[in-house]
Amino acid sequence: MKKRKRIEASWYALFTVPLLFVFVTVVIIPFIIGIGYSFFSWDGLPLNPKIFVGFDNYIRLFSDSRFTTSAIHTVVFTLFSVVAINLLGLAFALVVTSKLRTRNLVRGMLFMPYLIGGLILGYIWKFILGDGLVYLGEALGSSSPLFSNWLLDARMSMVALILVSTWQMAGYIMIIYITGIMAIPDDVIEAASVDGAGFWSSLFRVKFPLLMPSFTICLFMTLSNCFKIFDVNLSLTGGGPVNATEMFAMNIYNEIFSQSNYGYGQAKAIVFLLVVAVITLIQVSVTKKREVEM
Amino acid sequence: MKKIGSVLGNVLAIVLSLFWLFPVYIVVVNSFKNRAELYESMLALPEKFNFEYYVEAMDKMNFTRAFTNSLVVTIISILFIVVLASMTAWMLVRKRCKLSTFIFNLFILTMLIPFQTLMMPLMQEMGWIRDNLGLPMLDNLGGLVYMYIGFGASMAVFLYHGFIKTIPVSLEEAAVIDGCNKFKVFWRIVFPMLKPTTMTVIILDVIWIWNDYLLPSLVLSSKANRTIPLSTFSFFGQFTIQWNMAMAALTITIIPVVVFYIFSQKYIIKGVAAGAVKQ
Repeated sequence: MKKRKRIEASWYALFTVPLLFVFVTVVIIPFIIGIGYSFFSWDGLPLNPKIFVGFDNYIRLFSDSRFTTSAIHTVVFTLFSVVAINLLGLAFALVVTSKLRTRNLVRGMLFMPYLIGGLILGYIWKFILGDGLVYLGEALGSSSPLFSNWLLDARMSMVALILVSTWQMAGYIMIIYITGIMAIPDDVIEAASVDGAGFWSSLFRVKFPLLMPSFTICLFMTLSNCFKIFDVNLSLTGGGPVNATEMFAMNIYNEIFSQSNYGYGQAKAIVFLLVVAVITLIQVSVTKKREVEM
Repeated sequence: MKKIGSVLGNVLAIVLSLFWLFPVYIVVVNSFKNRAELYESMLALPEKFNFEYYVEAMDKMNFTRAFTNSLVVTIISILFIVVLASMTAWMLVRKRCKLSTFIFNLFILTMLIPFQTLMMPLMQEMGWIRDNLGLPMLDNLGGLVYMYIGFGASMAVFLYHGFIKTIPVSLEEAAVIDGCNKFKVFWRIVFPMLKPTTMTVIILDVIWIWNDYLLPSLVLSSKANRTIPLSTFSFFGQFTIQWNMAMAALTITIIPVVVFYIFSQKYIIKGVAAGAVKQ
């Protein structure tokens, strides 16, 4: 009996230990030592001393204006992007789930930008919204401020980031809304139209209430994705002009690897984790509640 | 009347999606134009198809090398993720005990952690391993693959776990009576049934690993090891931007993605939907 148990245990180990070992060395250990680093002051050079500073790194965060500005940028960017992505994603999903014969082709084309990585996407738009608009303005002989290099202007750079993230994510969010719309039983829609509901009232009174679970999933998914933006930020604006579009994730990256404040930057990274965790936990509890109600 | 309406609807939908992909059109047409033509007529089709910028861009990006590196890293990482995560998830579902619950929760909870929180300590740890144990973890494609397995583990275990729970145990029990050991039971009977989840994991991980920039940028330093996002980044950083050549470079990097998309669109859309809804 004992022998059998030991054999069972070794099968268990054989199946789980390889992945667990990699996982612990890549995720768990860095997480734990990362918390440790956040209490030290260190410039990243192995020979230089790591000085224990307790919670000083965390206290310093609140008076670091570049950090608080980047946090505000991130919030503004996230709010606008979440609204834009969800509105377009939902509109696309409604088009694609209609009875059009071209719907599969259209769905495929609208989804496409999501597959091109954020870095490459950023470079594509860097040309269009930068020199591209200038050339176009000159060719058209127009001096409208629209035909200027958006990426040289602080406010327009932010608009550019929102635009490009929307272009990237709307097709992806569309897929989730499509799944939600397809799950609405046909007879519910038919019953509504028999009762005299037109297109709009069927949309607002029947489809949208039934789509509430999809709304929750999509809202929070875009919320946490936009909050963590890095690649598009790096390639499209590089945080510029003059840090006007430096987001949370890029601020952490710059603090650690450009300014060489390893301990302080790590403290920012821990705060970043806490914010992301709060967003996600709210999402999970809201989604769970909705599921019970359904 | 109804027929005209539906034709009109189809046309409008196509126009909308073509307009949506307009930036891609701009990139492709301008990759063939010379400087003057690009400057004067950015929106027009090129006068002739001039491939010289492609040759130059491919050379400057070291494209074939970067493409091979990206392909090797993506394929090997996903192979390991699929094999190891499906095995782990199966054991965690079938062997109900406190340890299994703990391990599963550990995988799920860590999905919360953004990469920025782990990047610096991870590099320190890998540097330490290289210096003290002599393992090539940094500036090495193998080391990068190792890290992708670690970062990809949680989501793959989560997806497999959810699917395996819905498979009845009876089939496996029959095989055990026939004298199969756990290894055979898993690979002959369970793994083939996991195909839908395996497809989802492959699709989601291809999109993630192929396009990932930050992790490889921290791990890889030498030119020969660059993946496609890294060589694109250095291309845009290094040269004063000649837009026509840059557009050629971007077109080359998009082509593999488009080819992959055309051949597996059905699986991609299904996989993305399945992955998103389960999260």
